[in-house]
Amino acid sequence: MGPDVLDLSRFQFASTSIFHFFFVSLTVGLAFLIAVMETMAFVHRDRAQIYGNMTNFFGHLFLINFAVGVVTGIVQEFQFGMNWSQYSKFVGNIFGVPLALEVLMAFFLESTFIALWWFGKDRLRPALRLASIWLVAIGTQISAFWIVLANGWMHHPVGYEVVGDQAFLTSFSQVVFNYKAWLYFLHVQGSAWSVAAFFVLGISAYHLLRKQDVEVFSRSLRIGLVFAVIGSVFSATSGHRAAQVARYDQPMKFAAMEAQWETSKSPAPWSAVAIINEKEQRNTFNVEIPYLGSLLAYNRLTGNYEGLIPLQERYERELGPGNYIPPVAWVYWNFRIMVGIGMLMLLAAFGGAFLWWRRRGRLNDTRWYLRALLFTLPLPWIANFCGWITTEMGRQPFMVYGLLTTVEGVSANSYGEVLVGLIGLWIVYLALIGLDIYLLTVTARAGIHHKPEAQMLAAPAPNYAGEGFQGYERRN
Amino acid sequence: MDLVTLWFWLIALTFTLYFFLEGFDFGVDILRPFLARNEAEERALVGTIGPFWDGNEVWAIAAAGVMFSTFPVWYGTLFSGLYPVFVIILLSLLMRGVSFEYRNQVESQRWRSFWDWMSFLGSLIPSFFWGLTMAKLIEGLPINADERVLGGFAEVFTPFSVVGGLATTLLFMLHGANFLLLRLHKDTELYNRARAAALFWGALATVAILAFVVMGYVTEGLFNSFGVLPWLFPVAAALTLGSIWYGLTRRRDVLAFLMSSLTIVFSTVTIFIALYTRQVVLPSTLNPEYSLSLRESASQPYTLVLMTWVGAIFLPLIIGYQVWNYYIFRERVRPEEGGLNKGYD
Repeated sequence: MGPDVLDLSRFQFASTSIFHFFFVSLTVGLAFLIAVMETMAFVHRDRAQIYGNMTNFFGHLFLINFAVGVVTGIVQEFQFGMNWSQYSKFVGNIFGVPLALEVLMAFFLESTFIALWWFGKDRLRPALRLASIWLVAIGTQISAFWIVLANGWMHHPVGYEVVGDQAFLTSFSQVVFNYKAWLYFLHVQGSAWSVAAFFVLGISAYHLLRKQDVEVFSRSLRIGLVFAVIGSVFSATSGHRAAQVARYDQPMKFAAMEAQWETSKSPAPWSAVAIINEKEQRNTFNVEIPYLGSLLAYNRLTGNYEGLIPLQERYERELGPGNYIPPVAWVYWNFRIMVGIGMLMLLAAFGGAFLWWRRRGRLNDTRWYLRALLFTLPLPWIANFCGWITTEMGRQPFMVYGLLTTVEGVSANSYGEVLVGLIGLWIVYLALIGLDIYLLTVTARAGIHHKPEAQMLAAPAPNYAGEGFQGYERRN
Repeated sequence: MDLVTLWFWLIALTFTLYFFLEGFDFGVDILRPFLARNEAEERALVGTIGPFWDGNEVWAIAAAGVMFSTFPVWYGTLFSGLYPVFVIILLSLLMRGVSFEYRNQVESQRWRSFWDWMSFLGSLIPSFFWGLTMAKLIEGLPINADERVLGGFAEVFTPFSVVGGLATTLLFMLHGANFLLLRLHKDTELYNRARAAALFWGALATVAILAFVVMGYVTEGLFNSFGVLPWLFPVAAALTLGSIWYGLTRRRDVLAFLMSSLTIVFSTVTIFIALYTRQVVLPSTLNPEYSLSLRESASQPYTLVLMTWVGAIFLPLIIGYQVWNYYIFRERVRPEEGGLNKGYD
């Protein structure tokens, strides 16, 4: 038994979404950081050159990555209809609205104002230029909001009724104020800020270790630290709350995250490492920390949660025969890697903040910490990857939780079509992600004095020497 | 006018704007290998569309998103029914979208020409397949009783749809050349080459569009359902096509560009009139009974009301700031300035 059309479509959706989020998380977070950098240039006229250099340098990196995020987003928008047409027909009344709102409120804003910001360096007054980058930054957050709201609805449908073979919208405000979706949004937002913050931290540390452009990178290090603290706290707190909510609205996912086959005792322990046997539905080996399970699930020392086996029996009673258990090992391990990295990020962010407070300017010479930042750079991306796997696999077999299974949502495409399309997408995506990382690395390492000889307007300005920021010093 | 009709025409509007806007940046990219003789000219040509192409491309995403929310059945059936076509369009757009940014990141002729090829193919292929998709919209797909589309990739290519794809591609090339006449300095050699290209490709475009209309008239019964008034649009499309010649030969660039824009607008509107007069959004080639009707493909009234508010607020805003974007970058481009002008040498 090889994969069928459903497996291919699922694999395609997972891979295109994860690739897309790889680029987009950096876009969403970095847009905000760059807007802050440019604001600093605007506010501190005497240091406009320094912050101008910083803005141009990180702006260059932003643009390299931005285009890939945009084009992979088109795939996201089209593939609901292409691979999941039955799903689209089932939920179009509801699910299409946030998607359309995302395009109309965010995509146009981002794509138009990024052009005005970058190409309009010598055409726009400083205030307008600053407004442009803020509009781009706000646009990216709005875009994240609507798409995550749509995703949150799939995990926790609200404000709907099912009549015949379609879901109908009964209350749009319930969809917009879906508690779970807001948790997801804060979580994604915190993650995106963390990605961008650790990106800026890593690059700043790289140059500080080499004593290059210290006046720029010592400042970007501090901006990065502020965002790393905010981002990692947001991620951790909203993630913690989202897991608690999953205990009662997606109990299967929660049980899979904990590899809990039987209903736990109270107080419940927390499994740190387990060897999971999905065939026999038990864990052959389990290292447990007492009390921690209850503490995490309830914020207190008592309380238990349902196991996978009793839940399976309950679902069969309520929804009819079928296998309702998600891939447990995938969910369990990805969740643990994500949480582990989250802890490391908190440590790196707060550790840096502590050093900054204790050592002030000497933070720039704290070499062991700067070296550590080089290693934390890719961590948020890995955590994002694991987080998406956890939440989307934990939802299986459902596409819309409790309403529509993935099998019911898939298009009746031919196997060959989907396979060829999948291979094509993978080839292009691998090329794009490889190029993106390569160009980001080359550009980031070169630093401020990097002067690519080939230049034109679609490529960023060759020397970052405060280009376009003279007006910030002289404005009256 | 009820909301279903309103949103049908708003979808028509998003597609029309998409073809009108992205039409010229596709056109410029397809013409680039024919027009540019050196690196400075390559950059100047990219510079003419540099600040605009991304904002133009979003109209395609808007068309899909608006279709999804207001006509989910249409969206699902069309996009899954033309699966291979959309895969091809997506792969092309993926490579094209990064080509602008990436071509100048590495100092190497081979690298640059690779991305120039990607710009060229990434514009040529979607132009053709969007045109083909529009032709398939009128021609219909083999939809069975369960709203599922039968048939494979080969069946996508009919004489009518291939001519539709060719006509669209050539029209975009003409449109791109006309756009260049507005964006390049008049005293450059490149400007004169763009004019020659407009005349040459315009001639071919005229032939292809006429062939498409005649085929639609003869084989598809495209205009059978037209009443008295809707005849205006195909006729207007033909008239505007004629006036492009007048504009080009009399050196009235603005008129020429305006007319190629109107040709695209009227052609797209004609496609949607052909659907609307039949009250169908996607005909079935198997049995007229299975065609997707306008009414039954639409979302529930509540969703349409919501979307109407959304559209009323945001569409004027979007069009407003996009127009402003064009106004800001209104200066003509010279090759020796390496794209736009000041500050990028």
